[in-house]
Amino acid sequence: MGPYLIRRFGFILLTLFLASLIIFSITQFLPGDIAQVILGQFATEAAIANLREELGLNDPLHMQYLNWAGNFIRGDWGDSLVSRTPVRPIVTQRLVNSAMLAGLALLIYVPLGIILGVIAALKRDKLPDQLITGVSMAFVGLPEFVSGLLLISFLAIGLGWFPANSSIDPDSTFLESLPYLILPAITVSLTGLGYIARMTRSGTIDVLRADYVRAAELKGLSGRSVLIRHVLRNSLLPTVTVVAMGIGWLLGGLIVTEAVYGYPGLGRLLVYGIQRQDLPIIQAGSMIVVAVYSLSNLAADILYGLLNPRIRVGK
Amino acid sequence: MAASEQKIQKKKITVSPLKKFFRRLRRYPTTFIGISIVIIFLLIAAFGPLIAPYHYSQQDLLQRLQPPSDEHIFGTDQFGRDIFSRILVGSRDVLLIAGSGTALAVFSGLLLGLFSGYIGGLFDEIVMRIMDVILSIPPLLLAMVILFALGPSRLNVVIVVGFLYIPMVARVVRSVVLELKTRQFVEAARLRGETRLYVLYKEILPNVLPHLAVEASMRFSYSIFLVASLGFLGLGVQPPSPDWGLMVGEARTWFYQAQWVLFFPAGAIATLVVGVGFMSDGLRRMLLPGGVTDDG
Repeated sequence: MGPYLIRRFGFILLTLFLASLIIFSITQFLPGDIAQVILGQFATEAAIANLREELGLNDPLHMQYLNWAGNFIRGDWGDSLVSRTPVRPIVTQRLVNSAMLAGLALLIYVPLGIILGVIAALKRDKLPDQLITGVSMAFVGLPEFVSGLLLISFLAIGLGWFPANSSIDPDSTFLESLPYLILPAITVSLTGLGYIARMTRSGTIDVLRADYVRAAELKGLSGRSVLIRHVLRNSLLPTVTVVAMGIGWLLGGLIVTEAVYGYPGLGRLLVYGIQRQDLPIIQAGSMIVVAVYSLSNLAADILYGLLNPRIRVGK
Repeated sequence: MAASEQKIQKKKITVSPLKKFFRRLRRYPTTFIGISIVIIFLLIAAFGPLIAPYHYSQQDLLQRLQPPSDEHIFGTDQFGRDIFSRILVGSRDVLLIAGSGTALAVFSGLLLGLFSGYIGGLFDEIVMRIMDVILSIPPLLLAMVILFALGPSRLNVVIVVGFLYIPMVARVVRSVVLELKTRQFVEAARLRGETRLYVLYKEILPNVLPHLAVEASMRFSYSIFLVASLGFLGLGVQPPSPDWGLMVGEARTWFYQAQWVLFFPAGAIATLVVGVGFMSDGLRRMLLPGGVTDDG
């Protein structure tokens, strides 16, 4: 496992490096001059020239990149162009908020998706299966802003069970924000729920066809022990990968969901940053999202290897 | 018994492919629903703007936020524009943008996947590593950042969608090509002395097509999803165009006073996305029986 881990970490570093190149170069296309954006329309030529010098905008591009990347690694993520405060505390605080939302959503949709998927597989092509597959397919396709707004109108405005708006104080603790988290978490969950249910279903169906399951049945084991000891142990393995692959979706879903509910997470920060052309926010926020994504993929691969003795990766 | 079995066998052979198709459709009701929804939306996109009772940007400030009535069957929005007409016209936008984006991604992904898989070696390695890097950034984030740089416009949204989904298509095509390369008919063609391009075009491509069709329909549903989400966030197509996602985003302000402003475009998006999803799932079951693969 050692050499494998080192190689994977190396690959993540390479990915982060290339992603940082992409993010840096894309943000260079910014319409207009950054110094102009910072100082506003009525700034004098001299002031703009000064600021350009100060920000290092006159340096060659590769020097600018090295500067930016070096500072980023050292923890200096620059100052927000809008609020003029350091970016790092803002981004980390929003990251924590998004993590709370994502964590709650994962707690909802992973177990529920697995249960529904197993039920669908066991009742294959019968009514429960058709219902679960149909509904989960619909959920997979439903954009978060559609399902979120429908949830708001029924559960928040109609029944008054939950607050319709989650624009809480960004510094709230988990318990303080919990009531505001439930509706957004359900919204994010719907897509993931359908996805996990579908993948668990197909994984379980494959295993149910396997010879060793037949052998276990013929050996006279009870249906339940066949299911738990022989079927689930094998069919849930791919689900680990599926959960990890779904993280990309989850991150995208968070961006939209946070916008729907006004929840102060990383996604909303990024959308704000883009709307206000706040370059340092966009750069730091994007880098963090890419890092989280890569690390969660790595975690899934390692977990998969640990759970599945047959394919201990990298031996 | 044997005779009747033979009869059945004979009957089965004479069934026309079209009939077979419909017979299969009946077994999967969701597929049938999906295909019907997609056809209806295509018809709306083709003829909708002609039957729209009002112009999509015609404002009537005295008729702001009117609930559905005989004159405006879906009601009016915050500028007194007819929501029904806007949805009809918007259908063309969403299908065109998502459709051309998907086409761009499928075409480029097909070429990359074919050559990468068939040529192999260093070329394959480089192409696939680049694809990995693009995949290492969540799609919506990458779309947001690129649109931020290019500026939001219809064409740029198409370019972004087309670019984002290249890696997924290329990967699927490549894996099919790698599998086909080891088959005997490909080997035979090569030993006959056919050129590389001939083998790719005549032997491999036809066998890639079913996989490509399934992948394309899946990408199409994700594209609609993405285009609508970008519109909703205000980073995609800009006002006053009748983009459904944008309509939902704008309607949020008026949510408490006038829920229909939001419900109709949101319903249109939901119906279309779910319809395309059902259709692509059905295509997979019909064209690739046995193979259960599904990745993001």
